[in-house]
Amino acid sequence: MRYTRLETTALVMVCLAASALLAHAESLAIRNCTWCHGSSAQGYTPAPRLAGQRIPYMENQLLSFRAHARNNPFSKQYMWGAAASLSPQAVRNLAVYFSSLPPEAANDGDRELTSFGKTIYQQGLPDANIAACVACHGPNAEGVAEIPRLGGLAYTYLKRRLQQWGEGYHPSAKAPMPRIAGNLSRDQIEALASYLSFVK
Amino acid sequence: MGLFAMAKPAEPYPDFPAAAAGSRKRVRRMVNRVGLQAVLPAAMLVLVVSASGRAESGGLEAKIQYCQDCHGPSGQGYRGFYPIPRLAGQQTEYFENQLRAFVERRRPNNVMANVAHVLSPSMISALAADFRSFNPPPLGGAPRRQVAEGRRIFEDGLPGANVAACAACHGPDAMGKGQVPRLASQLYPYLVKVLTNWGKERGQLPAHPDTSFIMAPVAHSLTRAEIEAVAAYLSYLK
Repeated sequence: MRYTRLETTALVMVCLAASALLAHAESLAIRNCTWCHGSSAQGYTPAPRLAGQRIPYMENQLLSFRAHARNNPFSKQYMWGAAASLSPQAVRNLAVYFSSLPPEAANDGDRELTSFGKTIYQQGLPDANIAACVACHGPNAEGVAEIPRLGGLAYTYLKRRLQQWGEGYHPSAKAPMPRIAGNLSRDQIEALASYLSFVK
Repeated sequence: MGLFAMAKPAEPYPDFPAAAAGSRKRVRRMVNRVGLQAVLPAAMLVLVVSASGRAESGGLEAKIQYCQDCHGPSGQGYRGFYPIPRLAGQQTEYFENQLRAFVERRRPNNVMANVAHVLSPSMISALAADFRSFNPPPLGGAPRRQVAEGRRIFEDGLPGANVAACAACHGPDAMGKGQVPRLASQLYPYLVKVLTNWGKERGQLPAHPDTSFIMAPVAHSLTRAEIEAVAAYLSYLK
């Protein structure tokens, strides 16, 4: 079967137009995220940094916003709507994109609290039955697979999220975070959030 | 992803003792400044307070939950940044010996040394008995391709490579006995890590040799592919 020159030109134009439309849709979805999370996705209060976050973690979170499982006030207000019409493939594409951006540390915690925060993170408090975060989140809080990167997230975001576990939000989350964070005191949470905000 | 974590050196948390050293220095400075007479009653008060604090947070139930935070709600193990081993159904003698090995640094692991350091002997026995009684299904997730090869190595050994049949010591069902651990249903990435790093992770105190030396030549003789095969077989074994 042979194409005339006109048919070939038409075919190429259709293909180009389709890919341009797809790329446009993709960039619209990304722009919809960066309105709040920042144009390089480094986070902008109260929206957390997405740059460098783990792909399976971001996929899980977007799906749990869509299912209304992650249910704290900001999630309800912003993310339930934002994730409502994302297909699994769109979720995947967004996670891959944001994960590829290099993360920067927020460095906005209280410097005086970092040494206590580091102790909790790296060693835990065995006397108080508080597990060492390092076992799951890694020596530089880099996370792995469904376990999020925590290093360099903003102090206010980390503090709020740690508090919300204890307040009963997102109860369907897999063990053990609701229990572990629920056992942390206010001082311990502030120390951890301070330490992590400086971790690269 | 998990394999990257495994390839890390055996001593993953190099800077733990720093904080403790700092606070000890601070205490010594305080003692020098105030004088011993003034500090003694205060120290006794601290002891009393911390002892009662420990009684509150140190109950068996709370301690089991604390173990489960990392090792999984029924002790089935967990894939964190590091593979966290299954404790369910483990031999009590092995379980207790490992907790002592962490404290004595025969088995270097800073997180577990801290965890084990505050456990009384009776608490260790109680925890060992409790985890022995759990029986959750294996966590799974290992490649299935090498399972048959792994079973052959486990049951027959590799006579050509001077590897004895694992079943000879660990039992035909890999349930272990006494100080010989149960391997059935153990996490795949954990088994691969342990067998790969045996010489760096076990028996690290020459002055205090332990039974881990028995495994050293075996682990050393296995190739990476053989380790992965036997780990895959064991990780599905119930």
